Amino acid sequence: MTVPDAPPPHVMVRADQVHKYFGRLEVLRGIDLTVNAGQVCVLLGPSGSGKSTFLRCINHLEKVTSGRIWVAGDLMGYRQRGDKLYELRDKQIAAQRRDIGMVFQRFNLFPHLTALQNVMEAPLRVKSEPREQVREQAKALLDRVGLADKAASYPAQLSGGQQQRVAIARALAMRPKLMLFDEPTSALDPELVGEVLDVMQGLARDGMTMIVVTHEIGFAREVGHQVVFMDAGVVVESGSPREVIDNPREERTRAFLAKVL
Amino acid sequence: MTGQPEPLKAVPVRHPGRWVAVAVIVVLAAMFAHLLLTNDAFHWSFMFRNMFTPAVLRGVQGTLLMTVLAMFFGIALGIGVAIARLSPNPVLRGVAWVYTWVFRAVPRLVLLALLGNLNILWPQISFGVPFDTYIGKIFGITDLHLRVFEGQTRNLLTGFVAGLIGLALSEAAYMAEIVRAGMQSIDPGQEEAATALGMRRSQTLRRIVLPQAMRVIIPPTGNETIAMLKDTSLLIYVPVTAELFFQLSAVGSRTFLPFPMYVAASLWYLAMVSVLLVGQHFLERYFARGHRTEQARIRLAGIAGEQGGTL
Ligand SMILES: Nc1ncnc2c1ncn2[C@@H]1O[C@H](COP(=O)(O)OP(=O)(O)OP(=O)(O)O)[C@@H](O)[C@H]1O
Ligand SMILES: [Mg+2]
Repeated sequence: MTVPDAPPPHVMVRADQVHKYFGRLEVLRGIDLTVNAGQVCVLLGPSGSGKSTFLRCINHLEKVTSGRIWVAGDLMGYRQRGDKLYELRDKQIAAQRRDIGMVFQRFNLFPHLTALQNVMEAPLRVKSEPREQVREQAKALLDRVGLADKAASYPAQLSGGQQQRVAIARALAMRPKLMLFDEPTSALDPELVGEVLDVMQGLARDGMTMIVVTHEIGFAREVGHQVVFMDAGVVVESGSPREVIDNPREERTRAFLAKVL
Repeated sequence: MTGQPEPLKAVPVRHPGRWVAVAVIVVLAAMFAHLLLTNDAFHWSFMFRNMFTPAVLRGVQGTLLMTVLAMFFGIALGIGVAIARLSPNPVLRGVAWVYTWVFRAVPRLVLLALLGNLNILWPQISFGVPFDTYIGKIFGITDLHLRVFEGQTRNLLTGFVAGLIGLALSEAAYMAEIVRAGMQSIDPGQEEAATALGMRRSQTLRRIVLPQAMRVIIPPTGNETIAMLKDTSLLIYVPVTAELFFQLSAVGSRTFLPFPMYVAASLWYLAMVSVLLVGQHFLERYFARGHRTEQARIRLAGIAGEQGGTL
């Protein structure tokens, strides 16, 4: 068996033949994906196609059954010596995850902490940075997502859109190299979707590498550099937004787009 | 005051059932008061004279100290056992399961009696290399002693220490179940978000899961503390002498008037538990902060208040 080498430095994410089983259910069936640094990759696909599972494999919240994933040059979850793989310890995997921010459909803010404390928590505990510096940085991040005046509010006192923007600030506080978004606007009232997409578009403009699962085709077309359409655990087609969204080659892609557009 | 609307005038809802209940309660209370005042077996003045003697007050001190210490060690150990129960490590899970099984199955009273008589099993206790004499024999040395510390069980395991160990071990088993239920009540998304931020399992538990679980853990822990305060009366079987019930019972048997001293014990426990109940109220309020259900509860209380009831 030939062992695939780590990807070159301009590649932020590489997935190589990723398979994932839940028991006997095969949810991912050989996913290959390359995302270059500074690029926005939009994942489209019907419900149950394995998009969330794939995102969770990227930051090793889920263990892949076979295949490999590299993020920023690190093989996620393992260390390779020769052609042997060694599982990493909890501590080492946690260190790998610091380079990867994640934003969830249901926000998952810490309800017992204020917005500012939510943003400060990880840099304080994980990086042990000085408190004053972390506080200044957290305030700047809340300002960046337009919530400077909500620093002292608890999540329960914020609207869905505001909560999701705090969640984005919280992820950015670790200064990640890669941001994963799992349907960040699906739980929001329609009039709140725009404020979150605006923040994400700003991030993309600043050169953040992002993988975004979304049904917002407008966002995919405008912000995405690469669009990947998944169905039943495989990548059906991928390419530029113009190729995949405006001129899909596959019947399955066309059928899906007809439903969401 | 311009344009203030007039309060609405309406005949309030009548509650005839309440008046009937009040009448019944008044009669029952009068009967009870009559019993208290007329029956000589209460020996009220004798009771009050013996309720606040220095020995009894030292007993109260001992009871409070024992409650605090037993709950402190019980909670600390209980959190550890709960974390072990939910650990990915199967050995830890197994040990934690056996622990809760044993200490929930053995009655507190029996456990305390056992610990009070441990000196029958081991007259001496020592800490050092285990099986040292056997190891010595293998190498041809008779009487090899590799011990750091040795002492008479009777001196090391005083009644107070034996009682504390018994109550704390037993409490830890119940606290473990309470803490586990609290941790499991937290949305898995919380742990996931913390993990995704690069926090380790121990940090996630300490900073994210446990503080939120507190809201679920505190009310039953308050009840456990109250139960513990009352269960210190079981220490009479160890025996522990620096304890309220032991002291009051001693007066009772010395004077052949046990009944008034049992009434005195009831009054003492009533007073101490009442203080705990007030403390519990404030703790619960603190740990509910920033939580939606707390805000809902306040709103509901407002509505109930308008309707003339309480929650
Ligand atoms: N922990 C799990 N255990 C068992 N099956 C799971 C688990 N997580 C996901 N699945 C299954 O894997 C499949 C893919 O789920 P996944 O959440 O990745 O889909 P998705 O593309 O994100 O869908 P959606 O758009 O609804 O979020 C589904 O059939 C789901 O039931
Ligand atoms: Mg999903």
